[in-house]
Amino acid sequence: MAAVSGLAGESAPDAGQVRAPRRMRASRRGRLNLFRRVVFTLFGLFFLLPLVALLRDSLEGAKLGTWSVTPWKQIASYPGVLGAIGIQLALAVVTCVAVLLLLMPTMIWIKLRLPRVSRAFEFLCLLPLTIPAIVLVVGLAPIYNKIEHYTVATIMLFLVYVILALPYAYRALSAGLNAIDATTLSEAARSLGANWFTVMFRVIAPNMGQAIPNAMLLSSALVLGEFTIAEILNYVTLPVVLFNISRATTNAGVLFSTSLAALLFTFLLLLLLSYVGRRLSRGRG
Amino acid sequence: MAAVAATNTTGARPERAGRRPPLAWLGTVPFLGYVGVFLLLPTAIVIWNSVRNTTGGFAFANLKVLGNSAVRTYFVGSVELSALSAVIGAVLGAILAYAIAAGNPDGIVRRISLAGSGVLAQFGGVTLAFAFFAALGPTSGFLLHASWYYDFPGGITLIYAYFQIPLMVLVFLPAVDGLKVQWREASESLGGSAWHYWRYVGGPLLAPAFIGATLLLFANALSAYATIQAWENQIAYTVPQQIYIAINSEVGLSNVNYADVLALGMVVLVAIIMTGYALLQRRAARWLR
Amino acid sequence: MAKLIAAAKAEGKLNVIALPPTWANYGNIIKDFTKKYGITVNSANPDGSSQDEVDAVKSENGTSKAPDVLDVGMAVALVSTSLFAPYKVSTWADIPAAQKDPAGLWYQDYGGYMSIGYNSAKFGTITSVSQLLGSKFKNAVALNGNPTEANAALNGVMMSNLAEGGTASSIAKGVAFFHKLKQVGNFNPVQATEATIKTGATPVVINWDYLNTATAVGQGSTWKVVVPSNAILGGYYAQAINKNAPDPAAARLWEEFLYSQAATGGQNLWLQGGARPVEMTAMTSAGTIDKMAAEALPPVSGTPVFLTPAQATGAATYLSANWAKAVS
Repeated sequence: MAAVSGLAGESAPDAGQVRAPRRMRASRRGRLNLFRRVVFTLFGLFFLLPLVALLRDSLEGAKLGTWSVTPWKQIASYPGVLGAIGIQLALAVVTCVAVLLLLMPTMIWIKLRLPRVSRAFEFLCLLPLTIPAIVLVVGLAPIYNKIEHYTVATIMLFLVYVILALPYAYRALSAGLNAIDATTLSEAARSLGANWFTVMFRVIAPNMGQAIPNAMLLSSALVLGEFTIAEILNYVTLPVVLFNISRATTNAGVLFSTSLAALLFTFLLLLLLSYVGRRLSRGRG
Repeated sequence: MAAVAATNTTGARPERAGRRPPLAWLGTVPFLGYVGVFLLLPTAIVIWNSVRNTTGGFAFANLKVLGNSAVRTYFVGSVELSALSAVIGAVLGAILAYAIAAGNPDGIVRRISLAGSGVLAQFGGVTLAFAFFAALGPTSGFLLHASWYYDFPGGITLIYAYFQIPLMVLVFLPAVDGLKVQWREASESLGGSAWHYWRYVGGPLLAPAFIGATLLLFANALSAYATIQAWENQIAYTVPQQIYIAINSEVGLSNVNYADVLALGMVVLVAIIMTGYALLQRRAARWLR
Repeated sequence: MAKLIAAAKAEGKLNVIALPPTWANYGNIIKDFTKKYGITVNSANPDGSSQDEVDAVKSENGTSKAPDVLDVGMAVALVSTSLFAPYKVSTWADIPAAQKDPAGLWYQDYGGYMSIGYNSAKFGTITSVSQLLGSKFKNAVALNGNPTEANAALNGVMMSNLAEGGTASSIAKGVAFFHKLKQVGNFNPVQATEATIKTGATPVVINWDYLNTATAVGQGSTWKVVVPSNAILGGYYAQAINKNAPDPAAARLWEEFLYSQAATGGQNLWLQGGARPVEMTAMTSAGTIDKMAAEALPPVSGTPVFLTPAQATGAATYLSANWAKAVS
């Protein structure tokens, strides 16, 4: 593989790390660019149009055809929005950390030591997705009842959010884990005297490239948008507050402005996260 | 595995020693413990309740409900919608993922696409249904008037695609990233066309991740209910809608046990599909060797 | 009463559930209660159903988040009496005997009649249910929810049933009506909300009259409400106090507030929301009723029908077997 340099000028560094731009055959690059442009335009239209429709409806005044920013102002003036934003951010951070702490060691361990249980493990990780939130909550209610005897803090929602994030985080992390030869890496490290902790955090994790920031992205996105379970368990989180705002008024525009506000907030946060993630994985390179 | 034992010089016992399994299992204890309390226990409660009746006694006859023709239509509806949206989401999402992966890994296009996918993958419920409504509802869309918007599964599949595609991008992109450029170049230097590359190199490499991602999309659509409930809620087409009715009915039809039986049916359904997926994976792995 | 107020103030909070602010003026009721007594009201799950309320009482039992008071449909109230604490408000005698539990476990609070709300600028005047089969109502007619799940929707079908010549004991004609509606393309399966009404997606809504007032749906004077003269179907909701309420004194003070006949009391506040308070007859004779609000109610002439629990269950059973088939 390393000998292939006749067609391209540079050899490629490992995938997953920063790739230097390469010079492909001009025609292929041209075809690829056209492909990308077409794809992004078509998909962009598909995804943006409903959002534009939402925006338009959120700026509509009481009568169709008039315009007003009241639906947006009502979000800012509702008490408790700032507190809810804080709680949501805290939940996202705690859930991300907890998911990584729970999954990474276990997945690496299973891959190296118990490969035969990986199917069962995968099923377990996929299970949360097959049980609708409304059913899961029925089973969770007695457990949360016990928790609420100790504390009614909203942050305790992270316990169930970790479970909800399992399927997505698992898929992201396993893609990264399977792309590297974890067995050889870990055996090499251990033969050099590393303990399991070192193997996991300083050998395997940095080589998983984008998988870890990806898992964090998925988990955060899930937490920032989760509404059903928080609502049924009677906790007050940002989506719940936004929903209450929309129900507190007959101005339909508020429903649209709150949804767009939630989307915008999550989008900006995730964009920020991508810069942080890139720096983390580059730092270890 | 034999190579592992041979190079193992840290003093740990070799794989084949009889006492190895229990120690290895220790590593899974934290995970099993957590998942046991917050996932398996609620699931067990659901399954336990599915075979009981409202007065607390046992009623295994509850399970016969799964054979009702009405219940069958709910499951068929659910599977239809989930499979359709999963396949559409998987194929289109894979194309989009490829387009993203082919670009600058540090570029703004990639960042925006990823952040956008993260947001839209979890976008659902009332607001998503409304966004589509506003864009192309049968009477009020300002873009189109789609009279098929309320047909099942037409309109709702389109809506589901809206979050299935971004989800596919998120879970499939790492696999596409893993396609080393050298492999493409090797294939070309050996005289292979793009078709050859995808048929013999790229395709088989991506197949496990693709199938796994499709399965995730399927399960995601199967248990989604907030979106379809907001799209229309006067007719229950899918199992989650029916579960919601069974739990929340305020006209006296509330029957948590019935809801639990339906939930049990969903878990069994996914177990069956996962078995099929496992067999498929084993086949795909054989191609890779 | 003074002792109750002091005890409630000491508790400082009240947990309520499933009270949308735009439902029968609950937004103002909550605001006024807080202003008057300084007690914080935590309103959870505004879109919850009656069953959600009872489920929350059970699942949050023993915690400080459990709901203190409930406002539930009669079907749910009658089967959940083991969760309620008996209490008789000071105006107990003014509640008609048929509308309260003799032991004080539940007591009806407000109600209304099933109505058709519609955009009169688009459709002119609607007076009867059968008009809805006309061709100008394409994709226009919506219920408030799924009849196999939501009280309001079940009663919507029942009202159509009565209008088409059916009886309270058999809802078959109502289901047949909606089947016809679907076949001519007039049935709209979307849940009617302020947003769908505003965008014109659901220009005709069959719902309780207090949920169909122009203010409740956020529309102006073009939105009209009519109770069909040949199908007057009434329904009341009921109040109850959680036996294990975390704030028992605040809960009882809340009930006293709701049943107060003062000009700024709960009964008149509900009336201003378009609902008929249960003590309306007594208040009209005593002159304490808000006359302007009373006159704004849609006119009803004739004897209203109220479903008995048996009839409601019968209707629900029939619907669960036949609704989906009829309208999909």
